[in-house]
Amino acid sequence: MKKKKITPYKVISLIILCVVAFTFVFPFYWIITGAFKSQSVAIALPPQWFPTEPTMANFEKLFKNPAWQWMLNTVLMALGSMLLVCGTAALCGYALAKKRFYGQSIVFGLIICAMALPKQVVLVPLVRMMASLRLRWLYLLLGVIAAAVIAVIVVTAIKNSYNWLTAEARRDWKVKDYLFHLLAVAVAVVAVVYLVKLPGLLSGTPEKTPMTDTLWAVILPTVGWPFGVFLMKQFSETIPNEILEAARIDGAGEVNTFITVVCPIIKPGFGALAIFTFINTWNDYFLQLIMLQSRANLTISLGIATLQAEFATNYGLMMAGAALGAVPIVAIFLIFQKFFTQGITMGAVKG
Amino acid sequence: MAKTPAQRNSHALKRRETVVAYLFMLPALFFFVAFVILPMITGVVTSLFNYTMKNPVAAENFIGLKNYIDLFQDKTFLRAMLNTLILVVVTVPAVTLFSLWVSSAIYQMREGVRSFFRCVFYLPVVTGTVAVVVVWKWMFDGYSGILNYVLSSLGLIGKNVMWLGDTRFAIWCIILIMFTTYVGQPIVLYVAALGNVDQSLVEAAQVDGATDLQVFWKIKWPQVMPTTLYIVVITTINTFQCFSLIQLLTSGGPEGTTNTVMYYLYTNAFQLYKYGYANSMGVVLAIIIAILSAIQFKVMSKDVSY
Repeated sequence: MKKKKITPYKVISLIILCVVAFTFVFPFYWIITGAFKSQSVAIALPPQWFPTEPTMANFEKLFKNPAWQWMLNTVLMALGSMLLVCGTAALCGYALAKKRFYGQSIVFGLIICAMALPKQVVLVPLVRMMASLRLRWLYLLLGVIAAAVIAVIVVTAIKNSYNWLTAEARRDWKVKDYLFHLLAVAVAVVAVVYLVKLPGLLSGTPEKTPMTDTLWAVILPTVGWPFGVFLMKQFSETIPNEILEAARIDGAGEVNTFITVVCPIIKPGFGALAIFTFINTWNDYFLQLIMLQSRANLTISLGIATLQAEFATNYGLMMAGAALGAVPIVAIFLIFQKFFTQGITMGAVKG
Repeated sequence: MAKTPAQRNSHALKRRETVVAYLFMLPALFFFVAFVILPMITGVVTSLFNYTMKNPVAAENFIGLKNYIDLFQDKTFLRAMLNTLILVVVTVPAVTLFSLWVSSAIYQMREGVRSFFRCVFYLPVVTGTVAVVVVWKWMFDGYSGILNYVLSSLGLIGKNVMWLGDTRFAIWCIILIMFTTYVGQPIVLYVAALGNVDQSLVEAAQVDGATDLQVFWKIKWPQVMPTTLYIVVITTINTFQCFSLIQLLTSGGPEGTTNTVMYYLYTNAFQLYKYGYANSMGVVLAIIIAILSAIQFKVMSKDVSY
């Protein structure tokens, strides 16, 4: 490969690039340093470029408000959305990509159309709907999901142990397969217990409590948004048909094929979608704003926004809050950025 | 016409696959229908009613298209629409051109440098709107803000400017912040698209003595056209939905110069509790976006196929 020549244009563009990059990083730097400035330092002119007397007072004040609770809520909300989105989207995306069925173009067309429309247009009706729904409906829904998951796992397990009885299959089964099934059942049980125990859910009587002001009101619409399905469809397209065919000839059932053949192949898709959903849910301020009200149920973004209304010019405190909300998510982004980039590129509808 | 056994067989197979496929799709479709399709339908239907906190959706509150007629006589709404269009007209070309420029500058750099810049430009997106807004609000502050300090020490401004309280500047502040939070995704997409450009074409052109600029316009630009189209459409949609910035930074002020359709919709629905009216705004917004997306697809896909 020939050596790239250095032209004046390249040098100038690199300089401009660095200057622009600096203005993109600076706000983040200003959040982190500002978090350690006392109020008098924060409004001093000329500004202190680096806090010479760092103080923890902002964080102490922050945690007098239920900032830990907000963090916990945010993490639970993002995790809950992530798990549900990944599960439902992988199943649906695989079916859309690899099955030939009646109504395929209608389902897919509907999904594409919904993605092209602004998400926020449905929010007002959504809030009214959530306010009219009672928590017991949610219990019902969760019960059905849990029952379905457990049923599928039990049926698969029974089928597998039946296979195990045949000598040929017994040779193929290893300890780790048993462990895998045990693990799957354990995860299902833990997931169900965890889902039911989400904060905001057990407060009040389920017959009367509306679903708004629970974290579920944020999670469920996030799961409904079909971007994940589209992304998983893109990833599932890459599965070679021969492998699916081979699995079918070997006598693997649909669920088995999905778990043992499809899931490992679309693993990068899971990574991309998980991290994408986690970050987007964490930062989806509008949805959180219209759904959550009581102080104990807020997320960290919403909490900071509330504090901002109360202590408008206490910039140190604001920065501490902003740092608390931003640093974990930026760290997660930096660790998993490869997946994230892949998700963005694969999720682009082209042409 | 009688079917051959193979055809009959394939139909039976497809029927079987249909059942399996819908079972696989059931969870996702349930959430999709319940939390996207259903609210969309109720949104359209309730926009025909005088639906408020006190008035339920009932026959006696049916008012036909009155919400829509009111909407186009509502000065605040028209102003909000104008502001939104200004945001779109400025932001969309700026974001597209800037991200294309950045990507073409960085995509041939070493992997480490490239991902460094990509992360830098993605940083404001990940940081989250609230944190970004809070820090910009501080920097824009008329008294203790760093922007006034820097500009006045450089001698560019004589006295402190109230950036967010001034009718001339407020919307530009919004545009600036919006710009920093919108370019991240286009840059990632462009870097990927430019990486996929057919290198043999580029080299052939260079051998024939084409300048860098010619290579860019004649070879790379047509090949990244689908990406450009996608970026223009999503940036338009995002700009139309601009809400958090307004709510946190200016609340639509000063004098309604930063009020957007989305923020006006929010105030109507959640502060004035005029749900029907807010929904009619949502429908108008959706129609405008659908039309714009369709036009952009038409105009730009003409360029692609030659």
